[in-house]
Amino acid sequence: MDAIILQILNGLDKGSAYALIALGLTLIFGTLGVVNFAHGALFMIGAFCAVTLSKLLNASYTTIDESRTDFLGNPLKVEQPYVIDWFGPEVGAAIIDWSVPLAILFAIPVMILIGVIMERGLIKHFYNRPHADQILVTFGLAIVLQEIIKFYFGANPIPTPAPDAFTGSFDFGQVIGFDANQIIYPYWRLVYFAFAAVIIGAVFAFLQFTTFGMVVRAGMADRETVQLLGINIDRRFTIMFGLAAAVAGLAGVMYVPINPPNYHMGMDFLVLSFVVVVVGGMGSLPGAVAAGFLLGILESFASMGAVIDLLPGINQIIIYLVAIIILLTRPRGLMGRKGVMEE
Amino acid sequence: MSKSHLTRRGLLKTSAIAGAGVAMPTIFTASSASAFTNEPTGGTVTLGFNVPQTGPYADEGADELRAYELAVEHLNGGGDGGMMNTFSSDALQGNGILGKKVEYVTGDTQTKSDAARASAKSMIEKDGAIMITGGSSSGVAVAVQALCQEAGVIFMSGLTHSNDTTGKDKRANGFRHFFNSYMSGAALAPVLEANYGSDRKAYHLTADYNWGYTTEEAIVSSTEAMGWETVNTVKTPLTQTDFSSYIAPVLQSGADVLVLNHYGGNMVNSLTNAVQFGLRDKMVNGKQFEIVVPLYSRLMARGAGENVKGIFGSTNWHWSLQDEGSKAFVKSFGEKYGFPPSQAAHTCYVQTLLYADAVERAGSFQPCAVVEALEDFEFDGLGNGPTLYRAEDHQCFKDVLVVKGKENPQSEFDLLEIVEKTPVDQVTYAPDHPQFAGGSLGTCNNGG
Repeated sequence: MDAIILQILNGLDKGSAYALIALGLTLIFGTLGVVNFAHGALFMIGAFCAVTLSKLLNASYTTIDESRTDFLGNPLKVEQPYVIDWFGPEVGAAIIDWSVPLAILFAIPVMILIGVIMERGLIKHFYNRPHADQILVTFGLAIVLQEIIKFYFGANPIPTPAPDAFTGSFDFGQVIGFDANQIIYPYWRLVYFAFAAVIIGAVFAFLQFTTFGMVVRAGMADRETVQLLGINIDRRFTIMFGLAAAVAGLAGVMYVPINPPNYHMGMDFLVLSFVVVVVGGMGSLPGAVAAGFLLGILESFASMGAVIDLLPGINQIIIYLVAIIILLTRPRGLMGRKGVMEE
Repeated sequence: MSKSHLTRRGLLKTSAIAGAGVAMPTIFTASSASAFTNEPTGGTVTLGFNVPQTGPYADEGADELRAYELAVEHLNGGGDGGMMNTFSSDALQGNGILGKKVEYVTGDTQTKSDAARASAKSMIEKDGAIMITGGSSSGVAVAVQALCQEAGVIFMSGLTHSNDTTGKDKRANGFRHFFNSYMSGAALAPVLEANYGSDRKAYHLTADYNWGYTTEEAIVSSTEAMGWETVNTVKTPLTQTDFSSYIAPVLQSGADVLVLNHYGGNMVNSLTNAVQFGLRDKMVNGKQFEIVVPLYSRLMARGAGENVKGIFGSTNWHWSLQDEGSKAFVKSFGEKYGFPPSQAAHTCYVQTLLYADAVERAGSFQPCAVVEALEDFEFDGLGNGPTLYRAEDHQCFKDVLVVKGKENPQSEFDLLEIVEKTPVDQVTYAPDHPQFAGGSLGTCNNGG
């Protein structure tokens, strides 16, 4: 029982990341009809927004400490962050410590801008081209973005920890009456899950309760009619692309303390997120979220020792197995509209 | 006056015979002393540096390449000579190798066996490389070593830690300076016993590929020999990025030590996740929970940041060593590039010097002569103390460093501290040890 609760919890944070990326993917597919293989790269760029801010906050000047020596025996150069000088040791250290949450503010405008530039500069030229062309160009774009990041940040992962207040883990088991240490869960992963829930809620509220959202939903259902009514739906869809980029970017920012980011992290999530979108139903927002959590939890269960003993290798194929079953039995996905991905 | 009857058939016959005649010398001299693959004829000799320039190990590959460039500079008489001044053999004079100026070409292994083989093949066939060296993965090392054996060139492996490189996949033309999984286990076990006691329950997470298996086997057998119990061994996919679902069940198993048989990105993520789960703050079976990382790489430990503090592992070499060889190498590398070299850079630099030295001593670039010069070669002054290149399996035997993540690092390079230098006798094994059984060196190949 405790093992089951543990794996459900484990699935939640992974599911949160899948859901956030898949939400953006399906939003873009639903509005612009584009299959965006560069979406994983947006997640990765979001993560590097956090790294960049952390580096900016750690920007230092060098002082020479004569009393200590470096590896060559020369006087040691000591780095002193400007932030500490400007705000004093306590506030300065706290700002550096909280760089990841602060990066949310930094990432939103950056990601929206990147999203809009991507859409206006490249992707809009591919609206009327076959999906295969869109996949090729966006996949190519993803590789270019990845290489740019690698050029500036190197290939190794860059540790960017969560604020000290969130280190360690929460003994969930004790709260619900199990022995100590049976069900533990890191605080930051709880934060990640809550954050994802807030973002998902905000996106739904935006689409459901604002006029802008209403027009976008109308455009998703029948683009031509909305255009005939004299509404510039293209501009709204561009903004939606920026929004989807921001959602993926924020998912990346907050993911940084869970695993140190490297240039390749977007690709690791991209394929899984596509499976999530297909399982949830192409173009269906609730489908993407539900499938994200579902597959996250399933993946966690499949990596339990008892399950692997029974079905060796299941942990590596479970997600694709589900995708195959869904595509065979219900090609439109769990919550997809009738006709999408169906003959 | 003779009459010539030049017919089509006659011409074909004549040219076939002439063709065979032209081809004959190479067919018949392939095994002779004078002709072998890419025999250098001009005033230069070309070495092939096959390192990961793209992909997840690109930073380690870049450090290897820096070391190779430094080695070439020193061999050609440039710079301060580095470890050539401390090397116990004095065959190298700083005038290239056998008087020929050393040049090099590079290939990108991408840390993929097929890409690594393709780049090695191209360096041998197109660029005339006489020796191939480098790499940052055992899968690549084993694949390229087999290719070099077939092609008749020497392979001086870079960073490869799997037992198989000089175990079941060993080849006569291949040589490894780096240490291996068995040695890590043998060196770590006594230190673990001294620090954590002999009554421990270990849980292993193991990368699901060749290197992971041999490391798990080595650590399990050496820790069980001192009384530890192995609670569980779980294979994790190489592509795994989030290890939470593998780490969460560790505490439930009753284990009080977690062994992470992971390298590179896997190690960074699994260690980060384990620390996030607060494993190191827990008390299990009345003992403090501990984590062990059998193979440390300083470059990659950087990715795990603070999380490495206090965690034991092993390493082939570390820049803080105070022997003359290490100091000379750190000085020339540090002055050229501005930071200390990694263990990958060290092993690659040493391998290049060892190859050049063997050629000088053999008086020939011929692979079989080089093999003979390297076999059972004993040397010192290259950073690891007295070292033997054992003839039976072409593995170097030297002291092994047990290290620990440093509690109070002084700089970004100062991540590991040396806890113990395990003497070579303690990590030496018989060539037919079960962990290395199967496979044989075969005979050296000169190609041609």
